[in-house]
Amino acid sequence: MMFLSNFNWQPLFLTTKLAFATTLILVIFGIPIAYALAFTKNKLKPVFEALVGMPLVLPPTVIGFYFLIAFSPSHGLGKWLNDIFNIQLVFSFSGLVLASIIYSLPFMVQPIQNGLQNLPKNLPEAAYVLGKSKWQTFWRVLLPNCQNSILTGMVLTFAHTIGEFGVVLMVGGSIPNKTQVVSSVIYEQVEALNYGTAHTYSAILLAISFLVLVVVYSLSKYNNCYLRRNN
Amino acid sequence: MILLTIEKKLKGAEGDFTLNIDENIVKGDFIGIYGKSGIGKTTLLQMLSGLEKPTNGRIVVDGEIWFDSSKKINIPVQKRSIGYVFQNDVLFPNMTVLQNLRFALTAHQKKYFLEELIEVMELKALLNFNSQQLSGGQKQRVSLARALVQKPKLLLLDEPLSALDIEMRQRLQQFIAKVHKKYQLTILIVSHDPLELYQLVGNVWQLNNGTISAKGTPKEVLPLDLYRL
Repeated sequence: MMFLSNFNWQPLFLTTKLAFATTLILVIFGIPIAYALAFTKNKLKPVFEALVGMPLVLPPTVIGFYFLIAFSPSHGLGKWLNDIFNIQLVFSFSGLVLASIIYSLPFMVQPIQNGLQNLPKNLPEAAYVLGKSKWQTFWRVLLPNCQNSILTGMVLTFAHTIGEFGVVLMVGGSIPNKTQVVSSVIYEQVEALNYGTAHTYSAILLAISFLVLVVVYSLSKYNNCYLRRNN
Repeated sequence: MILLTIEKKLKGAEGDFTLNIDENIVKGDFIGIYGKSGIGKTTLLQMLSGLEKPTNGRIVVDGEIWFDSSKKINIPVQKRSIGYVFQNDVLFPNMTVLQNLRFALTAHQKKYFLEELIEVMELKALLNFNSQQLSGGQKQRVSLARALVQKPKLLLLDEPLSALDIEMRQRLQQFIAKVHKKYQLTILIVSHDPLELYQLVGNVWQLNNGTISAKGTPKEVLPLDLYRL
């Protein structure tokens, strides 16, 4: 335990804080987006789905690069935010949260969208014929019947945010106590040939990731049982 | 009294066709809708409920216009006084039987009718069960009770018994006949089973080629050889 006394917990604390903030904000915004995508009859639905799914295929550095361009305080939106509200997103924790939200968006939206789409088509109709509004149906019928999908989305988002590297490095710049998260510390420690420290951080991430996946697969097993029972 | 003049363009297995219905339904009528698959039987119920919109026409229920294409009136499904029992079980899985029934209550509705329904539909022993613990017949019995909670002007039954075995089917038929008589309900039931229609309904509409090709008592409309089956 001796090595733990000199262990810098700050990156771990910051990573966890980032993951909690991203998950909390995304669950609030992800559910309405998933609902809209699940039930829209708009012909442009594939376009919206592609937009939400982009972070799955784009290199994180591309997202980081465009984020830097969009929020650079020297021009455009970044300048406007800086001049009017004195907000600087680049190289700040708020910027990290915003970038993480964009980067993890599909991990929250897609499981919830699938959960909503897998519910029987008649389920909302059964509520409508009882006089219930779309809002009441959403809260009382649809959401409670896909809570495992919501949990899966939350757990995946949390895990994905913990494992971020490219985006956080480009947007945050790995500033100690401010934007330095575990994944960037590991990279820096390996570059400095401090394999012991890199190993400690890596082992912690490995354990967290494993636990998260066990939770996800347990939930998906429960979901499958539930669907089997109802078919 | 329900005045029904509706037209709906549909896609069938043999190409596009138009469903044309022009009928009056008297309060307390129990009408069976019979016909081949894909002929528009379910669509007819959905148009009455407001889940589907007719291409043209009017639906007037007790003087209240539910749909009028010329006046661009289309009362939403939530505002129509209907009960609907679907073919598949759509009890809300996150609720118990009692919660399913209570969910159907309107904001200011007193609970005494709910209690009466629980008695009439013999649901007392099932109230705390989750829908997944019920048999197919029990689920449809709860669905029927839930559809009646708001005392609808019109009860729409979309093949509610088709997935049940004969014993459960007969039991549920008894319940349907019982509530029809007790509450003088106006009911439309879609069914593929001539025997069922013989036992339940007063009149049958046989749909064919997008219109009602025959109507009358089950004996008049449904061929005897089918009845003997």
